[in-house]
Amino acid sequence: MSAYVGPVLAMEHVSKKFRRGEIHDSLRDLVPALVGRFARRKAPSDVLRKKEFWALDDISFAVNRGEAVGIVGSNGAGKSTILKMLTRILRPTHGTVRVRGRLSALIEVGAGFHPDLTGRENVFLNGTIMGMRRAEIRRKLDEIVEFAGLAEFLDTPVKRYSSGMYARLGFAVAAHVEPDLLIVDEVLSVGDHVFQQKCLDRMTRVLKDGTTVLFVSHNLRAVADLCPRSILLEKGRILADGATAEVLRSYVGREQKQGSDQRDSVELQEVVLRDASGESVRFESGDCAYVDVTTVARRDVRDLAIIVEIADDRFRPIFETCCARLNEGESASLSAGEHLGCTFELDLHLAAGTYHVNVYAYQYSTNRAMSTWRSAASFLIGQTRFAEGHVNLYPRLGRYAVGTAPTY
Amino acid sequence: MPTRKIASAQSLVENMPSATTVGADVERPSGFVEWETASTGWLAEIFASRDLLFMLAWREIKLKYKQSVMGFFWAILMPALIITAGVLVKYGYASLSGKTLNSSDLVGVAVRSVPWAFFVASIRFGSLSLIGNSNLVTKVYMPRAIFPIAAVVSQLMDLCVAAVVLAVLLAFTGTPLTPHILWLPILLAITVVFVTGVAIFLSGATLFFRDVKYIVEVVITFAIFFTPVFYDVSMFGKWARVLLLNPLAPLLEGISAVVLGHPLPIGGWVVYSAVMALVAFVGSLALFRRMEPYFAESI
Repeated sequence: MSAYVGPVLAMEHVSKKFRRGEIHDSLRDLVPALVGRFARRKAPSDVLRKKEFWALDDISFAVNRGEAVGIVGSNGAGKSTILKMLTRILRPTHGTVRVRGRLSALIEVGAGFHPDLTGRENVFLNGTIMGMRRAEIRRKLDEIVEFAGLAEFLDTPVKRYSSGMYARLGFAVAAHVEPDLLIVDEVLSVGDHVFQQKCLDRMTRVLKDGTTVLFVSHNLRAVADLCPRSILLEKGRILADGATAEVLRSYVGREQKQGSDQRDSVELQEVVLRDASGESVRFESGDCAYVDVTTVARRDVRDLAIIVEIADDRFRPIFETCCARLNEGESASLSAGEHLGCTFELDLHLAAGTYHVNVYAYQYSTNRAMSTWRSAASFLIGQTRFAEGHVNLYPRLGRYAVGTAPTY
Repeated sequence: MPTRKIASAQSLVENMPSATTVGADVERPSGFVEWETASTGWLAEIFASRDLLFMLAWREIKLKYKQSVMGFFWAILMPALIITAGVLVKYGYASLSGKTLNSSDLVGVAVRSVPWAFFVASIRFGSLSLIGNSNLVTKVYMPRAIFPIAAVVSQLMDLCVAAVVLAVLLAFTGTPLTPHILWLPILLAITVVFVTGVAIFLSGATLFFRDVKYIVEVVITFAIFFTPVFYDVSMFGKWARVLLLNPLAPLLEGISAVVLGHPLPIGGWVVYSAVMALVAFVGSLALFRRMEPYFAESI
């Protein structure tokens, strides 16, 4: 078995048709449906009938053993549909799905949990649902309970658990399934920082053991940390498939550019985020980033300044600067057709996370943003070992003493 | 934009051992599922999920006896009510026809009511088993046939409890134990197979058509009139054959006879029931298998 190298998972020209609205739900609709089915007894047609749409359209990709692949895309791009087909919950309308080995999906944490059963009972129930044998669960019970950190609540009905405890127990079971192929869908959003880190560590370890991981997430940083390769989906099609950094850049790039409006008197033409060597989306804490902004005036404008704002992953601004401020209060006046270009150099003393760059063309005399480009670029800060939150204050441990009396 | 498309999905997949070429020399561990041909190991898959089946049945039993004050009394309540109703019917019939009511009549009703209660509860819970677990059906893959099967298995527990109580009752009334009782396991097995088949069919039908749920309720409410629970088919003379067409009728007649120490009557009809049970079981499994891929999007 170990000799086998090659795809452990493949989708070949997979399409999936969904229907909006009601499907026949009562017997009244059965007769016409059956008549219709016998009338044309053939494979589902390529033609979309009314209310139908392609949730996935001709998707092909293959994943090799031991690979970690991220799947990114906005809501409705088809990420969950892909996962559901790999886990055999949904059947493709066309195409073939191949999976090799034991597959475990963290799509639903705590599937089958019943509020009236105790933690222990639910571990067994959930474990068998996730595909473990009872003997296997018995063997791993201590480990699971320890991972969840719920030893003293093991015989309490889970309805008395907090939602965090509930999710932790669910994830703990799922993390111990030992699959050949692990599918993770947005479940890392449960629990506190410590538990999330524990989950990421567990996944990293699972990867080291040669497990293939498919990871679906909106958390670009987690995808970048975990998966060397990513697939970008949009409206049921694969837009990009390749190295994560490149794919994330096109993902981020695609989301922008809704900014400029023809009526604006100033157009923000281009925003490029780069490091010293070129365009980049991934930085380490403390790196220097360059933001090149190019604007063009459509009409004569006076008193123009460019504002660059950094926002966190929830789009809350955490930092803002302005070229006029940096240029000793000097704002620009452009006549129609003239360009203003400037480069901001920022030392990214930020903690790990996803950040967005918003750019504004601002007129101080009227206190008005003449043009706005939100999320003109996005970037990731890689793992910072000692910093959580937004900024990196480079903490050090000046003194550390354990003793019976306080010493200063 | 540096977009690297998969060179060609076809070429990648050619290197993969095909799921259709199963052979001893092909190094291909189990579990390589190709969607279109996943059907090969369908029954094996259900069997492989027996731990899950056990846990689901255990969950039903545990919940029933854990939360409810009535606990084990539930298992006896339903048969007890049926027996009471049966006694009333018998009494009314006896006083009308001027015959005396003997105890074996009443015991007969008791014996028939236990498997009947099992049938009713299994059908009711079985038909709701898929829509009641919709979060599992849409979120996790497992052979879905185990849901109705687990519902039947959990009802078997009640059947056992009721059977023990019944046995005590029979011993108390001095019903003789004869070798004919050896037919009982066979008759029960046929009943279970039949019930499981019907439950599997109804669980799928309820998933697609919600009104099946109400039809089932109506049918099991009135089915007691068309099934020999309160009466013997022999009471209907030449119409007995019509009543025996109900696959449950020969089984209930048989169970009642052998438990009360008589030889197995109407053996031919029991064979008929066995065939019907097998047809129901195999037929609904086959249908279930065909419809299973559409469960998640139709539920």
